[in-house]
Amino acid sequence: MGEDADTRKINHSFLRDHSYVTEADIISTVEFNHTGELLATGDKGGRVVIFQREPESKNEPHSQGEYNVYSTFQSHEPEFDYLKSLEIEEKINKIKWLPQQNAAHSLLSTNDKTIKLWKVTERDKRPEGYNLKDEEGKLKDLSTVTSLQVPVLKPMDLMVEVSPRRIFANGHTYHINSISVNSDCETYMSADDLRINLWHLAITDRSFNIVDIKPANMEDLTEVITASEFHPHHCNLFVYSSSKGSLRLCDMRASALCDKHSKLFEEPEDPSNRSFFSEIISSVSDVKFSHSGRFMLTRDYLTVKVWDLNMETKPIETYQVHDYLRSKLCSLYENDCIFDKFECAWNGSDSVIMTGAYNNFFRMFDRNTKRDVTLEASRESSKPRAILKPRRVCVGGKRRKDDISVDSLDFTKKILHTAWHPAENIIAIAATNNLYIFQDKVNSEMH
Amino acid sequence: MFARGIKRKCFDGEEDIEGTLAGFKAIPSYNLKRQSLLDMSLIKLQLCHMLVEPNLCRSVLIANTARQIQEEMTQDGTWQVINAQNTGQASLDQLASSDILCRSTKEQSDGKLIPSYSSFSKDFEDIQSQDIISDLSTVTSVQASRNPQGNVWEMENSPENRGNFQKSLDQIFGTLENKNPNSVEDLFSDVDNSYYDLDTVLTGTMSNTKMGHCDVLESFSSQTTTNSNINELDHIILHF
Repeated sequence: MGEDADTRKINHSFLRDHSYVTEADIISTVEFNHTGELLATGDKGGRVVIFQREPESKNEPHSQGEYNVYSTFQSHEPEFDYLKSLEIEEKINKIKWLPQQNAAHSLLSTNDKTIKLWKVTERDKRPEGYNLKDEEGKLKDLSTVTSLQVPVLKPMDLMVEVSPRRIFANGHTYHINSISVNSDCETYMSADDLRINLWHLAITDRSFNIVDIKPANMEDLTEVITASEFHPHHCNLFVYSSSKGSLRLCDMRASALCDKHSKLFEEPEDPSNRSFFSEIISSVSDVKFSHSGRFMLTRDYLTVKVWDLNMETKPIETYQVHDYLRSKLCSLYENDCIFDKFECAWNGSDSVIMTGAYNNFFRMFDRNTKRDVTLEASRESSKPRAILKPRRVCVGGKRRKDDISVDSLDFTKKILHTAWHPAENIIAIAATNNLYIFQDKVNSEMH
Repeated sequence: MFARGIKRKCFDGEEDIEGTLAGFKAIPSYNLKRQSLLDMSLIKLQLCHMLVEPNLCRSVLIANTARQIQEEMTQDGTWQVINAQNTGQASLDQLASSDILCRSTKEQSDGKLIPSYSSFSKDFEDIQSQDIISDLSTVTSVQASRNPQGNVWEMENSPENRGNFQKSLDQIFGTLENKNPNSVEDLFSDVDNSYYDLDTVLTGTMSNTKMGHCDVLESFSSQTTTNSNINELDHIILHF
């Protein structure tokens, strides 16, 4: 697999586009670690690939700061639930890095049912000079041993070892959609459609249920949990979003079961835009706290919204991602695209937000200048190290050169997963089975 | 007559697909679109439980959408219109998806709810979408007889929203293709009626499920779908 996986994953060179896509290679999640040195991706086949950023070197200015494959491992395997006669998909839904506490890196990866804690360690030295064994490990002929030597550590080729340290299983009846590590670095939560559980990182046979919205009668079910996250600084606060477009901020100090929210964030529906699809397009697909902890970012089908934790009545900012789809909702309902779950991301200084769209487009909104840009992640439109050209979707009327019309958008090319480096202007974009990493060379530092 | 005694708002200025007769033709157009949206939703829900791992969020959203449509139809009064007209034998040619979806097997075999297609078709020969209209009436008859006291659903929509609905629906359905009703009916003429009234779905009266992991839909039919049904449904998907 090795080298093929590398070239397939990173576009350092221009390769002929293969229209054949292996389903297992479809990237299902992307996550930078806390320093941005490592980038993890999970795919539908249950594999995790970790990329590491090369340290900048003056000798090879072109390769400074590039990401190369660091480790690849099989995180989850397909399972079969015999009780329900159901296959459990091995697709990695989410990866979250733990803050680094020693030389090793740790991450949590989850599929629909089971969360695993993986420890990633490096080995670059090995002991040599044993008395009883030779270099290949065979026992020496003792008659040849005339003196004692102390084994010494000699450098070797870097070896990255990954081992599963904890397996958190059987905590969820429904499909896990989010995991989030607490700022206390000891606990984390996992959320499925109806429940949220709190785990201790060291304890696998127990978890606390902190949110349960399952109705007594399942026929009364009208709302599900779509995403959840811990506050980045306050270890007692977390937020979860619902399919009805509401956000609930909960305080774990208030009670053991946080069914009663501390704050409910909900924007009243715009009556002029009301339709049978209003609820579906209001369903929040992703929620992210800002790095500062003051704001939350939500993504629903057509917009991204910034919420101030101090104001529950409406978002403070709303950005249209692809409003030209508003008149196409029926077709998008028909082909199920209306149920696509897009993620969103903050940049390190919380001044720019990013989210994906269709046709391999992704959008960035600058909160300060109120400017936005549409870019495309595809091999055809961008050679490596070329500057990305802004794209435009035209909705009839005047059409400029290079504009794409709404009707020629490719809805199979969706950018659902994006990530932003915690400190620098480097972004990772997952386009089906390809990973694109873009850097802003001119403005490397955050401002 | 289809809408005897029921006054309809005149949709002056509203565009309709055909573009010729403004008022009268816009009405079935709106109902047509709404009905096909309901049909689509019910089919999606059905297909849900045939998958290995149905997505609960998606199922809930689709069910809520279907419920909303039914609420509006109930409020319109279109849901209750054909209560008394259950005579005659249903013409197989005019069976359509909504009929299949909204009837339980038991009711059909009892012969309780056989809508009178023939009387409707005579009145609506001029209208292109006559078959869909009869679907609508079938749906209404089924629902009405099961809920003689009134509608199951809460009536949340106030009358003033209706105008907004109309406008939004027109926008939304702007790209909706006009399906050829006949082909759909041909497909369904042989289909076993193991399909469901939305009520049945949501009140969980069905048992013996060997379904997946979607508790909302555990209430789907007790009859296991035969292979032929699955194949026909595959055909249906293609048509959508």
